[in-house]
Amino acid sequence: MSTPPTISTGLGDPASVRLTVNGTPREGRCPPRKLLVDFLREDLGLTGTHVGCEHGVCGACTILVNGEAARSCLMLAVQADGAELTTIEGLMKDGALHPLQEAFREHHALQCGFCTPGMLLTALDLLRTNPDPTEAQVREGLSAVLCRCTGYHGIVKAVQAAAPILRSGR
Amino acid sequence: MKPARFDYHAPGSVDEAVELLVRYGGDAKVLAGGQSLMPMLNFRLARPAALVDVNRIPALSYVREHDGTLALGAMTRQRTIEFSPVIARRLPLLLEATRWVGHLPIRSRGTIGGSLAHADPSAEYPAVLTALDGEVVVQGPRGRRTLKPAELFETYLTTTLAPDELLVEVRLPAAPTGAGHAFEEFARRHGDFAIVGIAALILSDGPRCLMARLATAGAGPVPVRLRAAEEILERDGLGESAIEAAAARAAELVQPDSDVHASADYRRHLTGVLTARAIRTSLARSRR
Repeated sequence: MSTPPTISTGLGDPASVRLTVNGTPREGRCPPRKLLVDFLREDLGLTGTHVGCEHGVCGACTILVNGEAARSCLMLAVQADGAELTTIEGLMKDGALHPLQEAFREHHALQCGFCTPGMLLTALDLLRTNPDPTEAQVREGLSAVLCRCTGYHGIVKAVQAAAPILRSGR
Repeated sequence: MKPARFDYHAPGSVDEAVELLVRYGGDAKVLAGGQSLMPMLNFRLARPAALVDVNRIPALSYVREHDGTLALGAMTRQRTIEFSPVIARRLPLLLEATRWVGHLPIRSRGTIGGSLAHADPSAEYPAVLTALDGEVVVQGPRGRRTLKPAELFETYLTTTLAPDELLVEVRLPAAPTGAGHAFEEFARRHGDFAIVGIAALILSDGPRCLMARLATAGAGPVPVRLRAAEEILERDGLGESAIEAAAARAAELVQPDSDVHASADYRRHLTGVLTARAIRTSLARSRR
């Protein structure tokens, strides 16, 4: 196995970050201490991903990293060099809402909307790993994201409603 | 908040990572999955001079089975363990424990080696390592050494690893054919750290108990192997009175502390309740 090159950068020196976001190659330079969520928002202008607690508890900043839901406040931007990311901006296709977004609208699964991007990407990963979840499994999966408005009721209904639509491959 | 400044290194090999740890002489932190270290950096509870990011060392990520032992590279993600057919077949206790670790988005990044090196006593993997009497392999400038759980865990969030040593492999015995397992846990909300958790593995032959393995999470500064409770089952079998006696003994064996989440008395009580539950669940899942 060939050894990948060491990436090293001294105190505060900017490092270059090249990655694919929502199918589009992007790059930027930032100090190594910059969090991935801040890089997305401040350097790439993708402000749909929200910054909540900054310690991995609230889930507002959840995105997909190489297809898997992850907290973007618990990754450094430099760690995403070479990765493929999906953010909330990448869910719509050809001007149409993703079926999961449609279900959220239909079932009143958002009020203030702050948790919604993280909720959607968490739910997407949940439905990919468990395409036909029980209500209890949906609730357990969504416990990864805190919502302070809805009481989760509409969100759970939306995810359950979206599951058969995603299974049918729409 | 945001992390304070640090030098950042992402070596491609274990040797290079150890060289870097030596160079910084204790002022560097190893960045594995980051699900515990990153919050500490964000809150500036940790301000290391350097981070040695081991996420770009492909040689640290694997699940192998050899001669009844499962060897997992330290950077094996919790998510990988959760969906590993080998783990599901050969060590379902580890799979069940994994589902208690945070949430799926946490497990996407979190690693088995990171969890053990972080040594949070209320975490699940230290309890599994302790119950199964597994071992970890660490590499430093003087080569490799192998540590048993009692040699690894020192106290809260503290291991015996030297600052220039890197945990590289975790070894766990595969479950004997027919053994039953359980990971019972009580937490206030799903995904929180355990107030108390119990890892159990039972091999039975009718009412006889051929082997019992029990260990705690959350019931003291390090995970506790409940050997005296195991002995009750191995001596007296798996009837109701033996299970009750083992559970009562388990509660006597732990020295929990009180904190904001629960009192010491409550944790001791839970240790007994969850031990009985874990034994019964394991027994129900045994194939003999």
